[in-house]
Amino acid sequence: MIYLQYAANGIILGGLYACIAVGFSLTWGVLNIINILHGAFIVLGCYITYFAHQLFGIHPFVSLPLAGLMVGILGYATQAGIINRVVGQSVLVTLTLTFGLDLIFNNALILGFTANYRQVVLANPLGTVEVAGIFIPLDRALAMVLALLLTFGLYIVLQMSRLGRAIVAVRFDREAASLMGVNVMRTYAITFAIGAFMAGAAGSLLSVVFPIAPITGHLFLSKAFVICVLGGIGSVPGAAIGGIALGLLESFSASIVGPELALTVAFVVLIALLAVRPQGIMGREDMH
Amino acid sequence: MRRNFLILLIGLIVLAPVPFLTDTYVLRLGTTALMYVSLSLAWNMIGGFAGYPSFGMAAFFGLGAYASGILQVNGFAGPVGWIGAGLVGLAFALALGAVVLRLRGHAFAIATLVVAEVLKEITNAWNSLTGGGMGLNMPYQKMDPIAGARIYFYAMLACATISLAATILVAGSKLGFALRTIKQNEDAASMVGVNTTTAKVIAFALSGALGALVGGVYTSWINFIEPADVYDPLFSIKPIVMVLLGGSGTVFGPVLGAAAFLLLDEIVWRNFLETHTGILGLVIVLLILFLPKGLGSLSWPRLLQRSAR
Repeated sequence: MIYLQYAANGIILGGLYACIAVGFSLTWGVLNIINILHGAFIVLGCYITYFAHQLFGIHPFVSLPLAGLMVGILGYATQAGIINRVVGQSVLVTLTLTFGLDLIFNNALILGFTANYRQVVLANPLGTVEVAGIFIPLDRALAMVLALLLTFGLYIVLQMSRLGRAIVAVRFDREAASLMGVNVMRTYAITFAIGAFMAGAAGSLLSVVFPIAPITGHLFLSKAFVICVLGGIGSVPGAAIGGIALGLLESFSASIVGPELALTVAFVVLIALLAVRPQGIMGREDMH
Repeated sequence: MRRNFLILLIGLIVLAPVPFLTDTYVLRLGTTALMYVSLSLAWNMIGGFAGYPSFGMAAFFGLGAYASGILQVNGFAGPVGWIGAGLVGLAFALALGAVVLRLRGHAFAIATLVVAEVLKEITNAWNSLTGGGMGLNMPYQKMDPIAGARIYFYAMLACATISLAATILVAGSKLGFALRTIKQNEDAASMVGVNTTTAKVIAFALSGALGALVGGVYTSWINFIEPADVYDPLFSIKPIVMVLLGGSGTVFGPVLGAAAFLLLDEIVWRNFLETHTGILGLVIVLLILFLPKGLGSLSWPRLLQRSAR
C-alpha cells in the first residue's frame, strides 16, 4: 500500500516537473539552445507570485497568468535583443552565452530579493483528503492539474494555431520555413518567450510547494535537463512523460536509497539512457 | 615545437624568481593565475583541439581535490596526494570517456555538465569518507605563511608547466593532428583511417588527469575543501571562457586568455564586491557577442585606423 502512496506523490511531483521542463524543451528543440536562464525565469515567476500574494493577497493560481506574461515579455526581449545574434552557432557559444546571462540574472535576483528562502503560506489551505488509504494534499494536486493543463494547452497551441505551425515548421527546416514566408528570427523570439512564459507560470505553481531562493533556480534547471533528455528534446508529450517519470523515480528512490541521493539516481539513469537511446523516450532520431 | 619549448623555458626563467621579489598578495594572484592557466590548457585538449564541448572540468577538479584531501587526511604527504589526485582523475576520465565520448554536441555537453553535480551529491552523502557538507580540513602544518605561499606558487607553476608541455607535445604530434581532424569532420576523419575513438579518449583522459592534478594542489593550498566549493560549475565555465578569449585550439591562446581574464576579474572583484558575478556574466556575454574568436582575432592596425578617423 505504501507503494501506492509513493506513486501518488511521484505523479503529483511529476506533473509540476512536466511544466518546468516543457518550456526548456521547446526552446532547446526549436532554437537548438540550451537555456541556462530557464531556472532564473522559474524563480522570477515564483517571486512575482510571492509578492502578489504577500502584498495584495492574490492567490498564486490567480496571479499565474501575470507571472507568465511578465517573464514571457522578459524572455522575448532577451531573445530578440541578445540570443538571436548567436542562434545557430555551436553549443559551446550558445551555452556559454546563456550561462553568462544567468550569472547576471542571478546577481540581480540576489540584489533584488536577497538570498533568503521564502514560501507562500496560503491563508485557507485546502487540506488533505484520503482516497483508499492514499493521502493527497489538495493544493499540490490542484497545482499539478493546472501544470498538466498548461502543458496540454501548449501542445494544442503548437498543433492548432498558425503561430504553432510556424514554430514547428522552423524547427523542422529553418530555410524552407523562411522560403514559405515565416519570419524565422521573430519565430525564435516568440518561441523563447513561450518557453519563458511556461517557466514563469511553473514558478507560480511551485511557489505553493517549494521554498524559493535565487539559488533554487539551478535545482529546477537540472531537473529540466533530466526530463528533457529522458522524454526527448523538443517534444511536449515527451516533457510530460519525462516529468512524470522523474517524479516517480525521485519519489521511489528517495524512499529506497534516501532523499539525499535522489538526484544522483536520476542522473545515473539519464547517463545510462543517453548511452543507449540518445534521442530520449519520445524523441526521434532524425531530429538531431 | 622547439620554438614553443623555448618560449616555455623563457617563461619559466622569468617566473622562477617572482616569489622572492613580491609580497603574498601578488603571490596569491600569481598562484590563482597559474591554476587557471593549467585548467584552461587542460580543457583545451578536448574542447579546443577536438572541438568537443566539455562542461565537465569542475568534475575533475573537484574529484582531484577530494582525492588529494582524503589521502592527506589519512597521513600521506602533499605531493603523494597530488599524484594520487592525477591518477584518480586519469582513471575516472578513461572510464567516463568510454561512455560519454560516444555522444556529440548537445548530448555530450549535458552529460559532462551533470557529472560534477552527481559527484557533488555523492561527496555530500558519503559522510564517513569525505566529511559530507561540513567539508574537509587538511592536517595542520607548521609553516611560515610566506614560505607556504612560495611553495604553492611553485607547485602551481609545475602544474602549468606540465600542462603546457603536454599541450606542446600533443599539438606537434600525430595525436594533435587526429584531434584537429575530429574537430573539422569526425565522420570523414574516421573514414580516412584516423582512429577517432582512441584519440578522443586520450585527449579526454589527459584533460581529466591535468584537471584533477590541479584540484589536488588546490586542496593543499587552500587547506579546506567543501563540495559546493570545489564542484562549483564556474570551474567548468571559466576555463572555457578563458580559452575562447585567448584562442581555441592553439598552444598559447589558453595561457593568454587566462591571464587577460584574471586581470579583468581582479579589477572587477576589487571594485564591485556585490555585483561581481553579474559583471563577470556581462563580460562573458560581451565576449561571446563581440569577440567570438578571441583576442587574437583583433586586428590592431584596423583598430588604430578606425580610432584615427
